[in-house]
Amino acid sequence: MTVTAPPALEILGVEKTFVLHAQGGARLPVLSGVTLAVHGGDCVVLADPSGAGKSTLLRAAYGNYKPQAGRILVRHGDNVVDIVSAPARHVLEARRRTLGYVSQFLRVIPRIPVLDVVAEPLRAMGLPKGIARDRARLVLTRLHIPERLWGLSPVTFSGGEQQRVNVARVFVADYPILLLDEPTASLDAESRALVVELIREARAAGAAILATVHDTAVRAEISTRTVMLEDLAA
Amino acid sequence: MTDESPLLSVRGLTKRYGAHLGCLDVGFDLWSGEVLGVVGESGSGKTTVLNCLAGSVEPSGGTALYQQRDGRRVDVLRMAEAARRRMLRADWGIVHQNPRDGLRMSVSAGANVGEPLMALGQRHYGRIRGAALRWLETVEIPVDRVDDLPSTFSGGMQQRLQIARNLVAQPRLVLMDEPTGGLDVSVQARLLDLLRSLVADLGLAAIVVTHDLGVVRLLAHRLLVMRRGEIVEAGLTDQVLDDPHHEYTQLLVASVIHP
Repeated sequence: MTVTAPPALEILGVEKTFVLHAQGGARLPVLSGVTLAVHGGDCVVLADPSGAGKSTLLRAAYGNYKPQAGRILVRHGDNVVDIVSAPARHVLEARRRTLGYVSQFLRVIPRIPVLDVVAEPLRAMGLPKGIARDRARLVLTRLHIPERLWGLSPVTFSGGEQQRVNVARVFVADYPILLLDEPTASLDAESRALVVELIREARAAGAAILATVHDTAVRAEISTRTVMLEDLAA
Repeated sequence: MTDESPLLSVRGLTKRYGAHLGCLDVGFDLWSGEVLGVVGESGSGKTTVLNCLAGSVEPSGGTALYQQRDGRRVDVLRMAEAARRRMLRADWGIVHQNPRDGLRMSVSAGANVGEPLMALGQRHYGRIRGAALRWLETVEIPVDRVDDLPSTFSGGMQQRLQIARNLVAQPRLVLMDEPTGGLDVSVQARLLDLLRSLVADLGLAAIVVTHDLGVVRLLAHRLLVMRRGEIVEAGLTDQVLDDPHHEYTQLLVASVIHP
């Protein structure tokens, strides 16, 4: 008899419509009845074209966008948190320990050096500064961010460097669930290969991954399953 | 998961100035280790809320249950004046927008930081001075300025000194009114970094009132949006800023050049 573990991330009937009050209450429906389960060891890649709502779904799973209906169940330690309805501080706690999110933007306090930007998620988990920085050094080295940049704030970095810092501050921790929004965008071939390697390692270690990737070669290398949003309506 | 009771529970907080409304039916919970941002334009009532909690304005109604160190809960809006002063001194810090309102300008920087400890009964001069020097270092004020008057400091240094004066007695709750207002952008970033690491390291709770959405994005875990005295939207800071639902929040976010 086989026992199937419950999914790490379960999206059930999520509806998201943006209502723009400044434009006469215009309604932009983006997600409708999206249902999807991601298990540990899975890497599900959303393969729709631009504008289909892939980023919106990832943001909703991170609690950054608030759907009108549906549930997004995240297995967090021994609990299950519904990101859609949980109080803000429970969502924050799930983010701190369980949800890693690579966005397409890097938002940091301007003067903080890269090393601390990358170490910060571990500090938030309660790791001592020394250990957090050691692990940050490792992941920065793996992503070929030269040591001479570690003491600088990433706000002045190139797009590709910022993107790698974004990736580094997620992969520095072993989050059981990863939400990756174009993690290899604006990267050259060499950096892309480094990021692919990190994603494959996390997958092999049992992380549940939901990603958007336009690059078909990267998609083939990381995905265990490719889906289209329009096929996910329950 | 942190399911202990909140440090502060505000319900129905209302302040009327005659026919004019300061704030109406404001309610929120605040937990230790959490920064709550309160945003809104001038006149939205955000500072009135802070002033009611700090005791500088008498509210017309509502409760604010505060959990003391011994676990007992008191309504800070209805405390006897002497008890309130004692509690404010021992447990709360208040960082004013203008550092001159929170500092004593006629005594040295070191005395400004040492005084709160003396007010709490510490008498050992060496220890008080030691604590003052440590805090000056923490807020990145050169320790050789310890005997200088705050009036000789720049605005950014004065603000950092005010923060040191407020945190030296290890408060559990800090109220901040536009803490980065009137500072250069470069100094703001430094102050934000400092505030954020202090909140994380000391596990204190803070309420930050500001009109600056960039400041709350980087500092606050949760956000309240106020308009005309009432809360119109509340939630995770990045969710409220990136996916604002209320008409007024959408306008507020859309009006910022770099949200």
